[in-house]
Amino acid sequence: MGELSYLLGMIAVMMFATVSTRALPFVLLRGREHHPLLEYLGRFLPPAVMTVLVIYALRHVSLEAAPHGFPELASVGLTVLAHLWVRNALLSIGAGTGAYMYLVQSEILLQVFP
Amino acid sequence: MRASNRGTFPAALRATVPVMAGYLPLGAAFGLLFSELGYHWAWASAMALLVFAGSAQFLAVGLLGANAGLLETGVAVFLLNARHLFYGFSMLGRYAESGRLKPYLVFGLTDETYALLCTGHPPSTADARRFYLYVTGLNQFYWVLGCTSGALAGGLHLNVTGLDFALTALFVVLLVEQALAVREWYPFLVAGSAGVAALAIVGPDKMLLAALTITLVVLIVSRRPAWVN
Repeated sequence: MGELSYLLGMIAVMMFATVSTRALPFVLLRGREHHPLLEYLGRFLPPAVMTVLVIYALRHVSLEAAPHGFPELASVGLTVLAHLWVRNALLSIGAGTGAYMYLVQSEILLQVFP
Repeated sequence: MRASNRGTFPAALRATVPVMAGYLPLGAAFGLLFSELGYHWAWASAMALLVFAGSAQFLAVGLLGANAGLLETGVAVFLLNARHLFYGFSMLGRYAESGRLKPYLVFGLTDETYALLCTGHPPSTADARRFYLYVTGLNQFYWVLGCTSGALAGGLHLNVTGLDFALTALFVVLLVEQALAVREWYPFLVAGSAGVAALAIVGPDKMLLAALTITLVVLIVSRRPAWVN
C-alpha cells in the first residue's frame, strides 16, 4: 500500500510540475496577447525554437565515432531536399525516416566505416 | 459552419501522422522500461493520460527505480519541462479565443503539438479551435496507445530501430517551412548559435533549456527598439 501511495504521489507531482510549465505564460499574461513584445516573440520564437529542436533532436550524434553522423546528416539532407522539391510533409518525413531506418538497420555502413 | 467542420478531423489526422510514427515507438519504449519496475501496466496508461510528457516520463522511470523524493521529482520535472514556458509565449494569441477548450489545449502542449500548431495553418475553411483540439487529442491518443502497448507487451519483436527519427524529420520539415515563411536569417542565426554553444558548454543532456534561454534573452535584448513604444 505504501508502494501505491508513493506512485500516486509521484504521478501527482509530475502532473503538477508539467502543467505548471505549460500554463504559467497563459496565467501570467492573460489579456496581454497584443503587447508588441509578445507579438514580436510570437513571430520570432517559432523559427528559433524549431532551430533549437532540430539541434536537440540530433544532440547525441557523434561526429568523431564511426559512422561520423552520416546516417543522421544524410537523412536530414534527404528530408530537406524532398521537402523543397515536393513540399509534402508526409512524403519528406517518410523519405527521411525510411532512409534513416535502412542506414542504421542494414549492414551497409559497416562496409564503409569498418 | 457545420459543413465546413467536416474536413477538420481528416486534416488533423493527416497533420499528426508523423507524430504518430514518433509517439507509438517512443511510448512503447517508455512502457517497456516502466513495466520492468514491476507496476501494473495500467499505471503506464495513467501516466500517459495524466502527465503526457515524454522526457519527464522517461526521467520518472529512473526516479521511481531510485525511490526519489517527491520534492526532488517535482523540481527535476519542472526544470526538464521548463522549455514549455517558451511555447506558451508564442501560443498566447492562437489560444486566446479557445474558450472552454483552453485548459485541455494548454495541458496537451507537448513539443510535438507545439511544433505542429505554431507552424501549420488550420485549413482555411475549418474552425481553428477544433483543429487545435483534434491535433492535441490525437497526439495524446497515440501517446497513450504507445505507452500502454509497450507496458502490456513487455517485448515487441519488431525491428523499429530508427523509427523515432520521424520526430527529427518532423522538426526538420517544420524548420524548412519556417525558413520559407519567415524570410529573415536573424532568428535562425541566433537559435543556431545558441544551440551549438549550449551543446558545447552544458552537454547534450541539459542543452535544451540552456539553448532556449540564451535564444529568448538574445532575441529580446537585441531587438529592443523594435517593440518599445
